[in-house]
Amino acid sequence: MTDVTRMTAAQVAGLISSGDASAVEVATAHLDRIAAVDERVHAFLHVDRDGALAAARAVDEKRAQGEELGPLAGVPVAVKDVIATRGIPTTAASKILEGWKPPYDATVVERLRAAGTVMLGKTNMDEFAMGSSTEYSAYGPTNNPWDLGRIPGGSGGGSAASLAAYEAPLAIGTDTGGSIRQPGAVTGTVGAKPTYGGTSRYGLIAFSSSLDTPGPCARNVEDAALLHSVIAGHDVRDSTSIPQPVPDVVAAARLGATGDLTGVKLGLVKEFAGEGAEPGVLAAFRESVEALVKLGAEVVEVSCPHFEYALPAYYLIAPSEASSNLARFDGVRYGLRVGDDGNRSLEEVMSLTRDAGFGPEVKRRIILGTYALSSGYYDAYYGQAQKVRTLITRDFTTAFESVDVLISPTTPFVAFPFGSRTSDPYQMYLADLYTIPTNLYGGPAISVPCGLSEGLPVGFQVMAPTMADDRMYRVAAALESAVGTLTPPTLEA
Amino acid sequence: MTTTALPTYEDAIAHYEPVIGLETHVELGTNTKMFCGCPTEFGAEPNTQVCPVCLGLPGALPVANRAAIEATIRIGLALNCDIAPWCRMARKNYFYPDMPKNFQTSQYDEPLCVDGYVDVQIDGETFRVEIERVHLEEDTGKSLHVGGATGRIHGATESLVDYNRAGIPLVEIVTKPVPGLGARAPEVAKAYVTELRDIIRSLDVSDVRMEQGSMRCDVNTSLNRPGDEWGTRTETKNVNSLRSVERAVRSEIIRQAGLLTGGTRIFQETRHFQETTGDTRPGRSKETATDYRYFPEPDLVPIAPDTAWVAELKAALPELPSVKRARLAEEWGISALDMQSVANAGAIELIEETIAAGTSAAGARKWWMGELARRANESGVELAAVGVTPAQVAQLQGLVDEGKLNDKLARQVLEGVVAGEGDPAAVIEARGLGVVSDTGALTAAVDEAIAANPDIAAKIRDGKVAAAGALVGAVMKTTRGQADAKTVRELILARLS
Amino acid sequence: MAAISREEVAHLARLSRLAVTEQELDQFAGQLDVILQSVARIGDVAADDIPPTSHSVPLTNIYRDDVVTPCLTQEEALSGAPDSAEGRFRVPRILDEED
Repeated sequence: MTDVTRMTAAQVAGLISSGDASAVEVATAHLDRIAAVDERVHAFLHVDRDGALAAARAVDEKRAQGEELGPLAGVPVAVKDVIATRGIPTTAASKILEGWKPPYDATVVERLRAAGTVMLGKTNMDEFAMGSSTEYSAYGPTNNPWDLGRIPGGSGGGSAASLAAYEAPLAIGTDTGGSIRQPGAVTGTVGAKPTYGGTSRYGLIAFSSSLDTPGPCARNVEDAALLHSVIAGHDVRDSTSIPQPVPDVVAAARLGATGDLTGVKLGLVKEFAGEGAEPGVLAAFRESVEALVKLGAEVVEVSCPHFEYALPAYYLIAPSEASSNLARFDGVRYGLRVGDDGNRSLEEVMSLTRDAGFGPEVKRRIILGTYALSSGYYDAYYGQAQKVRTLITRDFTTAFESVDVLISPTTPFVAFPFGSRTSDPYQMYLADLYTIPTNLYGGPAISVPCGLSEGLPVGFQVMAPTMADDRMYRVAAALESAVGTLTPPTLEA
Repeated sequence: MTTTALPTYEDAIAHYEPVIGLETHVELGTNTKMFCGCPTEFGAEPNTQVCPVCLGLPGALPVANRAAIEATIRIGLALNCDIAPWCRMARKNYFYPDMPKNFQTSQYDEPLCVDGYVDVQIDGETFRVEIERVHLEEDTGKSLHVGGATGRIHGATESLVDYNRAGIPLVEIVTKPVPGLGARAPEVAKAYVTELRDIIRSLDVSDVRMEQGSMRCDVNTSLNRPGDEWGTRTETKNVNSLRSVERAVRSEIIRQAGLLTGGTRIFQETRHFQETTGDTRPGRSKETATDYRYFPEPDLVPIAPDTAWVAELKAALPELPSVKRARLAEEWGISALDMQSVANAGAIELIEETIAAGTSAAGARKWWMGELARRANESGVELAAVGVTPAQVAQLQGLVDEGKLNDKLARQVLEGVVAGEGDPAAVIEARGLGVVSDTGALTAAVDEAIAANPDIAAKIRDGKVAAAGALVGAVMKTTRGQADAKTVRELILARLS
Repeated sequence: MAAISREEVAHLARLSRLAVTEQELDQFAGQLDVILQSVARIGDVAADDIPPTSHSVPLTNIYRDDVVTPCLTQEEALSGAPDSAEGRFRVPRILDEED
């Protein structure tokens, strides 16, 4: 039998439904692959071997009894450790939650289980999803399978790397400022941020509530769409969940895969196609634009004048919300407690706990957010950032009056070496320059591989109007049909 | 600190003008909490009415309870407020262990209801208390303080937290500052809270029990010399009964006047009312100027009440207490002023229930506004807590009406009921207090009295019926009060006609 | 001029319940200054008459019915607690000694 770990999720599902492979065989192959390579990749913080095999057995039993299987039944999936999984450690890659086992499942996880997917384990990330390299994981970084000395992107570097290392065919990420798309770009995989409100945040440990969006990660566009359709849709437990049907993203991906983009108008974001990006990234991007034109798409340059303020707005809004969201980690109800010697007051114990339990980037952002929300600074910082958010949204809506989607590189640089951007936090923030506007607007965006620069993957971003997630899948699948998927190094010892 | 001699209340009022303000929290009686489906019943085992949402577990999200939004709007409407067409919840950020998320989901500069008023009457005079805002928020958990004296937070070595109460919907009603009340300030404060309680009770959205904490009141008080600007206010917490509202304002006026007269300035501070002594003590001094870093709650979408829905809720409001009082005054045949006394005594429903149990309006009112009001006042409790139920009063009055008790005996029976000896019938039985209705025994006593007072008997025979009173008195004396005077009189007249 | 002082950072850390070390203070003060200087240009955007966006979804009035749903058991509720007693979460004394 061919190696199931190299197959697409759709192929794996096909094997299982046809009976050519059992779900247990598929799960075992992936668990073995993890056992073989994860020491070097470190994509996983926790591997749930028993749980995965039990879920796989359940799928096999259902099939044996002649029950109908869903389109992803038996397909393994890795889940970012920021998402609550009942009885399975969920740490958000933070020391402050070390060993915490949630008494409940996130909605996304419930839906994965209901669809018969097989959860392999929890993937590494920057602590509380704050970062672009996984270097801020409290449990050590994830290494990029393309070059183990380089970052896999972040915050969802573990999910992206697990795909590139063939440890899982599918993974769940969360995207607050680019945490699904930028890791996708630098690992040569596909990462999609759905419309905010299109996927439920219930059970997603909040970083920035008004921006956080769970979404699919895969090695190709159709797989991403399949996963998207399993996890998306209205959830009554999330007040910001949109009570509308999910666009048919799978059909859109299949339509795009035919390679015909006749009549589709692409808006090239002028502000993101010039300076700021590495030349190799821009070159790969431009070649891809030409490829899309050959498929029949019309490309026009579009100006989004306020996008240049997206990064500052984001670094005020996200830390502000984070400072409030992370207040609950105080060593009272769950997680770490430090310094409770019977003498110290609660405030002292809380403060020691939080200082010991949070890493430097989390602390910086908590302090920054506390500052931006302070009464004397609120209007100048948080308030102003929310107004800029309105202007960025207007840039998008104006652009979408004349084009179907917007396009740009996903991130200005390819995977960078460890340690090269940690000393100056702002240099790290620049990795999200092109992904952040979408989060502020709330629309969907996808990163799809579009070539290599210096032997490292480059990502192509497609941004669509809110609740038009199908459009981005169509364009991304068309590009994929033209440039092909990327094949990372094998990692064989 | 030196102790300044306190002025009398009259002295304080002679020199200073008080300004009061009230912040009242009302726990709504919804089935479930504000943002999750946990039940709200009082007295459950600790941490058994909690879920990921109200425990603030990572990843959990709130969804607002429609019934709580509706109840808040109804309260706003009953308080003559405007209902905001669009508003948001906000996060109030501060660390405290009884708050699971270390922020309270509340409302900040966009309350659901604004600009209302409540009119209260005292001695026929109407005072308008303006409402600044009515907003919705979530309650906190409860801490048990261990290791210190009498369970207080001071001196405790540790605390144990129960989150059953965390997340129960809480409505906060804030008045505008009320100046110009003079000596009436404490009474107006009490009358306002009473009226507020009655209004909310009539809406059936909370059991509004101050003693159980489902209604909590903070009282702001400041003093200024006539013509001067308003003074610095203090906020008094722990005001747990209607009576305490009045006492707290009064004692704070006296305390502040003493300080001001002695040349000490008033600090803006939180004070705690002491039920036993009736005065206020300083609360925690620390970090009074906390920056709560409010911002719109991103996990909840805006509240935009449909105007048609609001109109529907308004049309469906029940009869409000002021309207009801006017109606009852007419039904009971009493003046508006008398009705106000009944209301101020908290006796409306008690009297209503007593009437419903079969007593005349006059009879019911006589007991609740007379003997029982006196007893409540003496022992410093609310009328409703005096220890007698409307049904018992009705029974008592029924016995009087049937001639089985006279007024004097009835008061003794009441004493037994208050003392917990059971219903009136049981008290009569136990104490042997029934009127002598055995006509044989009474006739003997009447005959005895006639024989002992031949002069009077002669006058009565001559038609001077008024003289019968002396014989009645004699009979009552020999029966030690246990006879019905009316019956005795009839017997005497029958004998001598 | 520095956008934020070391003292301000110390105050914010206290407000945030972070017992930062002196070394962290030095480091954060410098880094936060760089970040704040970089984000401060947001003030250049003329936005006086622009309404703020707090939510990107145009939803209002999302409510649930007032119906009881299952709770956690006491054991589940306390399962993650660093310390508990008598069915409750145990915390050190709330007040400082000088209170």
